[in-house]
Amino acid sequence: MSYAVETRDLTRVFSGKKKRWWRRKPTPDEEESLGPVTALDGVSLQIREGELFGLLGPNGAGKTTLIKILATLLLPTSGQALVAGHDVTKDPFPIRQRINMVSGGETSGYGLLTARENIWMFSQFYGVPSKVSKARIDELMHIFGLWDKRDAKVRMLSTGQRQKMNMIRGFVTGPDILFLDEPTLGLDVNAARVIREYVMNWVRGQAGKTVLLTSHYMAEADQMCDRIAIIDKGRILACDTPANLKRMIRTETTFQLEVDTIRDTTSFMGLQGVKNFSHKDDISKNRSHLTFILEDEGPVAEILSSITSQGAKVHSLQKSEPTLEDVFISMVGRGLD
Amino acid sequence: MSVATDRRTDLKYRVGLNLRAVVGRSYPRIVGANREPSWIFFEAFLPLLGIAAYVFIYQFFGLQATAAILGNPPMCGDHVCASVAEQNQYLAAVNANTNALIASVVLGGTMVAFWLNVLWSMASQLYWEKEIGNLQLYMMAPMNRMALLGGMAVGGMVMTSMRAVSTLVAGIFVFGVIFQVANPLLLLAVFFATLIALYGLGMMFASLYLLWGREAWNLSALMEEPIFFSSGFYFPLGGLFRIPGWGPAVAIAGSFIPASIGLDALRQLTLGSTAFGGSLWIFNVTTELEILVGMAVLFLILARYCLAYLETLAKREGKLTSRHQ
Repeated sequence: MSYAVETRDLTRVFSGKKKRWWRRKPTPDEEESLGPVTALDGVSLQIREGELFGLLGPNGAGKTTLIKILATLLLPTSGQALVAGHDVTKDPFPIRQRINMVSGGETSGYGLLTARENIWMFSQFYGVPSKVSKARIDELMHIFGLWDKRDAKVRMLSTGQRQKMNMIRGFVTGPDILFLDEPTLGLDVNAARVIREYVMNWVRGQAGKTVLLTSHYMAEADQMCDRIAIIDKGRILACDTPANLKRMIRTETTFQLEVDTIRDTTSFMGLQGVKNFSHKDDISKNRSHLTFILEDEGPVAEILSSITSQGAKVHSLQKSEPTLEDVFISMVGRGLD
Repeated sequence: MSVATDRRTDLKYRVGLNLRAVVGRSYPRIVGANREPSWIFFEAFLPLLGIAAYVFIYQFFGLQATAAILGNPPMCGDHVCASVAEQNQYLAAVNANTNALIASVVLGGTMVAFWLNVLWSMASQLYWEKEIGNLQLYMMAPMNRMALLGGMAVGGMVMTSMRAVSTLVAGIFVFGVIFQVANPLLLLAVFFATLIALYGLGMMFASLYLLWGREAWNLSALMEEPIFFSSGFYFPLGGLFRIPGWGPAVAIAGSFIPASIGLDALRQLTLGSTAFGGSLWIFNVTTELEILVGMAVLFLILARYCLAYLETLAKREGKLTSRHQ
């Protein structure tokens, strides 16, 4: 079995900001936040060649740090990371030939250049002959629906158009391994769908292409990924196919409730049989959406009683099949939002 | 067995890759920067106003000296002119020196364009590239890092040459400056050696600025005006050596900027080494060319090692990728 990406006990610690005599003295709170941060804590992963692999985790979980180490932009503090069989620390050149990376909300490129010129410029850094590059750009612009904007200056593009341009930049160099860091962040439904479909076809339509995707959108990861790793506080909590991950909590019961906005949610965790729960407020409707992962249906009555005791009305109660989000809540103890 | 594409690593491939990278990175500067016609106003007209101030001061000194020579009694230096021949000789010298001073200012104005480009568009460029998110894409690409800096330098040189040429042409036509070029090949050699040394220095600064981040911005501001003075952009630098006390120290410090030596050599080659009585030059042209070539090689080597070292350091400290890290 050949792995496109392999990490062994990978750790990355950011040492925090150094004190300088010309900098203002930090307040005690700031002092605490300036200290060392462990972004990755012994991460071991194997991503097979030809796999569309997802990395799910809340903000600050270490997803981007991991991608940046794999993209040879950051050195690990300890452990080893291999991309296409090469060590990211010792042998970055053959890795760089084979990879590319696209991040959501990226603002790269130069506003004075056109979309086409920008992509062409980046392709030159990979040595793609101009003729080949221009032909690929035109083809990809048609696929991503950006052909009409090919000669528009980058600063005139909308967020969605800009992100499509970034995606084309990622594909135009013909990478074997593509790192996609929240690629559909902030995009409208159509733009996100075009990107998702192309990425899936790209991996599955040809041999030897691998994608490592991080996403905030559970449904996206569920739909696209062959396997998913759940990461929190720099540690991999689980790694399997979406179906297997969901099966892991099938013994548990998931309930979703829509209630009037409630303030006190601390009491829920104390209830016997509640494994985990997440809570999201919809301020415009004055409602709270609660998701409970329960060991069985026993605690439902107590939950309802706790809600009504706060004067809140229950608008809906639904027992659901576990989703990836439920798996995530079950493991991390909170939702992504 | 991997089915991923085999990639070339031979020398021919690497040379091609890096040449393409140079062309790619210079493109936004050459094409993009000239896409907006407003550059003519900001890059050509405004700098002309800057040098005009110095030109008018020198013209005023010239007129004062002429008035003294043509006055009653006619003064030739610190004594009354002994004859009409001596008077004419002094008038010719005043005219020649005034022209040489104004020509020095025009040449300095063209070199200022390059220095500003090196400071703001070379040295601090990697810092800005990081801020807009380009740097991580550059550093992730397989090209050599010197190709990235080389592309920035080539683009900067070409773009700035347009501004410099417009300043030069405007200087000749508006201020009536006369240049006498006896050795155009040597002039070109000095010019290109100056540019390569200057941009080599910019490449080296670019690496350092990458590490210093926002503080580098202040350093650029700090280096702007003092170097205009200490490098003799608007007067022959040799003049500083003749000021007792601090003069030589400032002139020697300024000479570490390749533009100072380059400008001195260019002035000798376009005004004649006998201009200003031949007493205001630092070295002869050949020596200055040798120093410039030495500086060019030294700065390029230092830039290469600085960038490699600081890239590793930045990757270790997490400063390469995100402005938040």
